[in-house]
Amino acid sequence: MVENTQLVSLTVDGKKISAPAGTLLIDACKASGIEIPSFCYYPGLSLQAACRMCVVRIDKMPKLQTACTVPVAEGMVVTSESDEVRQARKATIEILLGNHPLDCPVCDAGGECELQDMTFTYGAAESRFMEAKAHKEEQQWSPVVFFDRPRCILCYRCVRVCGEVMDVWALGVQNRGVNSVIAPNMGDHLECEECGQCIDICPVGALTSGAYRYKTRPWEMNHVGTVCTHCGDGCKTTLGVRRADNGMEIVRGDNRDKSGINGDFLCIKGRYAFDFQQHPDRLKQPLVRKDGKLKPATWDEAFDTIAKRFNAIREQHGGAGFGVIGSTRTTNEENYLLQKFARSVLGTNNIDHHRTADYPAFAAALAGKPEMAASLRDFEKTPAILLIGNDPTHQHPMLATAIRNNVRLHGAKLFIVNHEGLKLRRQSKAYAHIPKDGYGKFIAFLGGDDAVASALANGHTNREQLMAMREMLRGEHQLVIVFGAEVRGKDLETLVKLGMSHTGVKFACLGDYANSRGAADMGLYPDLLPGFTPLADAGDFAAEYGASLPKSAGMDLEKMVDAAKAGKLPAMFVVGANPMARYNVQLGELKNCFLVVQDMFLTETAAMADVVLPAANAYEKSGTMTNTYGDLQIVRPAGDFAGAKPDLELIVRIADRMGVAPQSLVPFGRGTRADMGQSRGAQSGEADRHAIWMVAQGIEPKVSPFDPQALLDEIQRLVPGYGFSRLNLFAGNDVPTHTAGKGKGAHQDPELIWPANDTLFTSGTLGRYSNTLNSVVEAHEGKRYPTQVETD
Amino acid sequence: MADLVQHPDEVRVISQRFGKGAAGIETYLALGGYQSLRKALGMKPDEIINEVKTSALRGRGGAGFPTGMKWSFVPKESAKPKYILVNGDESEPGTCKDRLILEHDPHAVIEGVLIAGLAVGARQGFIYVRGEYRYLVDILRKALDEARAKGFVGKKICGSDVDFEVYWHTGAGAYEVGEESALMESLEGKRGIPRIRPPFPAVVGLWGGPTVINNVETIAAIPHIIEMGGAKYASYGPPKNGGTRLFCLSGHVNKPGVYELPLGYPMKKLIYEVGGGIPGGKKLKAVVPGGSSTFLLTPDEADGINCDFDSFSARGEFLGSGGVVVLDEDTCMVNFALRIMKFYQHESCGWCIPCREGTDWLKKTLTRFHAGGGVDKDIDNILYLSQNMLGRTFCPLGDAAAIPTMSIVKKWRNEFEDHLHGKPCPYESRVWPEPALA
Repeated sequence: MVENTQLVSLTVDGKKISAPAGTLLIDACKASGIEIPSFCYYPGLSLQAACRMCVVRIDKMPKLQTACTVPVAEGMVVTSESDEVRQARKATIEILLGNHPLDCPVCDAGGECELQDMTFTYGAAESRFMEAKAHKEEQQWSPVVFFDRPRCILCYRCVRVCGEVMDVWALGVQNRGVNSVIAPNMGDHLECEECGQCIDICPVGALTSGAYRYKTRPWEMNHVGTVCTHCGDGCKTTLGVRRADNGMEIVRGDNRDKSGINGDFLCIKGRYAFDFQQHPDRLKQPLVRKDGKLKPATWDEAFDTIAKRFNAIREQHGGAGFGVIGSTRTTNEENYLLQKFARSVLGTNNIDHHRTADYPAFAAALAGKPEMAASLRDFEKTPAILLIGNDPTHQHPMLATAIRNNVRLHGAKLFIVNHEGLKLRRQSKAYAHIPKDGYGKFIAFLGGDDAVASALANGHTNREQLMAMREMLRGEHQLVIVFGAEVRGKDLETLVKLGMSHTGVKFACLGDYANSRGAADMGLYPDLLPGFTPLADAGDFAAEYGASLPKSAGMDLEKMVDAAKAGKLPAMFVVGANPMARYNVQLGELKNCFLVVQDMFLTETAAMADVVLPAANAYEKSGTMTNTYGDLQIVRPAGDFAGAKPDLELIVRIADRMGVAPQSLVPFGRGTRADMGQSRGAQSGEADRHAIWMVAQGIEPKVSPFDPQALLDEIQRLVPGYGFSRLNLFAGNDVPTHTAGKGKGAHQDPELIWPANDTLFTSGTLGRYSNTLNSVVEAHEGKRYPTQVETD
Repeated sequence: MADLVQHPDEVRVISQRFGKGAAGIETYLALGGYQSLRKALGMKPDEIINEVKTSALRGRGGAGFPTGMKWSFVPKESAKPKYILVNGDESEPGTCKDRLILEHDPHAVIEGVLIAGLAVGARQGFIYVRGEYRYLVDILRKALDEARAKGFVGKKICGSDVDFEVYWHTGAGAYEVGEESALMESLEGKRGIPRIRPPFPAVVGLWGGPTVINNVETIAAIPHIIEMGGAKYASYGPPKNGGTRLFCLSGHVNKPGVYELPLGYPMKKLIYEVGGGIPGGKKLKAVVPGGSSTFLLTPDEADGINCDFDSFSARGEFLGSGGVVVLDEDTCMVNFALRIMKFYQHESCGWCIPCREGTDWLKKTLTRFHAGGGVDKDIDNILYLSQNMLGRTFCPLGDAAAIPTMSIVKKWRNEFEDHLHGKPCPYESRVWPEPALA
């Protein structure tokens, strides 16, 4: 797509400005530092010209014109500030305020309200009216969406974001004239994806969130820009945080400043499902099994118990005595440390995690071609997308939104191959509905094997349609191919090879959780070191770790669980994972296995443990995470939770108690102490200038053994593909990594991949501890997910 | 069927078949119907457009835009189908002419659509009838069936190689849909809310295709223009104001009704000769010249003005839609302003803030004011609210509400002052009928 770069010049308030032809006047002004107010105009949504706040005087035009509908023209002379213009805007505010309840002191939006701001600017302080205000009772439309009608100014942003951006169309306008009202299209409730975009985009306090309303005044919150902990898209979220008795409470999630990879988008999980953080079931002190029961214990007691047993088992069985299971939600630094601890301290390659995508095969297929890995940002403007498998609407809501926006705003062509009917089909140019076991055949068909076409044509999509789709795809030379866990192993390799014969093709591989990609990149595999480095190529890692690393591949997750059940695995160390629930292991089934679990909750796995350490979650720690597209982002702590510690600290403390020098695990001790910005109040979207300055000066900030930056440094140094720009990262931007392309990769047993198949309203084990998610699940499905597990 | 009226000054072109049963196709054919269509089928598109340009026909919906010029804006080549759309959403208070045309001469409208389509290259036409005119739909539907049966509508019309479909459609009762872009939204099945312009309908209209939108009376004049020639039609009126139009005379006159008179007919004669003067010999107080959205005239102004587009625009005012409402000396102008504001407040579509909120606050303020609760600053406040709608709303409905209100406050300010300080209405010697609003 050729960008229109032809500039036109115009004059606004006597100032000469220029903008690309076709730019709307309101945007051209904004880009030149001239703010034109508006309620209804919102970039990326259809034009309304309804609020009349953006009126300006344009020479040679008879009336005031709306800057949101007029494109810039050469020689245009515009007056955006004059008595006439100010008066028109003031009059609009006056009549709006006439019926507005002015309940700002109790309104959620008070302090962040565009109507307040504009009243302040245009000064409609005196009322011209005597009549009573029209009042209507508030309504609840869903567990999370409330509507206060009198506050609504009818800017139609909510209607458009729901329809145009989300393709949900749950909201509409009822009645006419002064009785016009925003209303659900399905009577008294919303039938929607509960994304909360309507609430977020509301310029006033008309739409409010069930999770946030009446909880705080905006100025009483701290705002922390971090990464959402749920799916693999890695949306940036700004957490609104208040102090609480036990540390802090997150009361809101949004990305109103559009600072991240996701613009202002968040799905229900990003926007509301942070409330597990204050769930009453959270573990607040270590538990140690005594007389067959888990009992509260001191940290010292817990660490001593672990260290003693680990040392003894290491003595007796060596590394083979341990199984280590990592997390798809912990940070890169923690995952890196965990595998380093497993390999260099415990001496085992028995390490794995919940695999949801075949990243090693992806890395192997892309080896030597890092430029062919697509970032999430590639979906914003690429002219064509081929989606094979997966349902992004549920499993990657941000990807689905990026695709919809690209189709809507840039006319991208979407091709879908799936065994089910996806909602994204409405945006697709061509859709191949294939049998569930047909993905490999489809890839063969793409490669020119016509013999499989009849097996693919299953009554939904016939042979001619398949042929036509293949023909169209062959004509696309800037194509992003994105696939879910349906494509793995040899199929994945075939697909990528096929794409390599085409210039301009990029690939993305979809895994399920916030740091699934990071767990893979950081080497939570029994046969791969960080960066998909084969054990045989351990060179740099072996040199750095200063220990003789185990040479042969360890057990995968399933084998470890089986060995533990068979009494053949003396110790298991599980960090932020719940494998016993997934493998349906019952209490008492583990035999002679000393199980240590780090978790927030007493999960099925934790309930079987000998020691449980209460862990902090991603919203309570520093570090980095890598989304499924390889985009690396910074994770910032919203605050502490009394009684819990970050996994990184827990691992270091266990090692320390085992008699290992922390310096051998975390290269700390040089430079000046600095965290990743929070202590200096760096907020969402705001660059942490202090940290950037220090990095630019070459000051290495790592003094504490629990400082993830010390590990980040090692990751940057050792992990192929992690040579990113630190300046960019610390400024809060997403930076691309290239383990796929730089690392060697491997082919493993594709059966080990177990996609989570989460819906919009579930999020693995973590999701059930979110009251908001549960309330939505209850409203939609009439049930809640229980959080209490069976204990002995 | 409405009672028909007549006056010797009338020049009966559009209304020549009124009262003669021309809604039936046999009578229409006997009275020369569909001859113009046959003639137009033998003409080149540009010849038809030029004939209409020569006729100096101007839009009868109220804006008075030259019809031939509007047609010429339609691109010759278009990837999307072109459409003829007849605006029969006649809702302007005081206006009741389209209703008579559709009732007495529906085939003239159908024939007009066909000729317009031949001129601009459209092969589909829609006749959109106001929701409240539901009884006319039966008449129109029957006429369309008959025209189709006779081969004037449908495949190969009049034996030519032209296929032409004409459809009817009703509104759901919204004044706003009389605005042409809102009408298209409504016809497409959406809320009746205007569109952002440009693009104009002649380029991007119904379902994105180039669309000619004409008033019922405008389109009904087309067959007559083709038949008699543009020059003859133009000669009925003053220069650039071709032909005749239907004046809908109502209010305080002895002989209200719809009269067809040449454009440029003097207002004074219209009231006192055609309308037979004011009942009881009372004095004139005000005239609404062309539907409630126009500037009201004082008796002096009404005395000296001729009813054509240019005479009004020279004053910065509008001839409007032909709905002439006469108000006698016993009329309370505050109450009149309130009555029309009730209409606009009820009919505002609500899309933009100045109109939605402005008409409501005007209605509330005028209600209190007329009931005796007015204060000094209300008078200027009414002007202020009106001024803030004029030219600043999304569509002309805001203007339509502001214009009469401002002209009443400016020209009859004394009547507002007489209502101040809790006095009962000093002009209320007549009880106003208050029809229930739909």
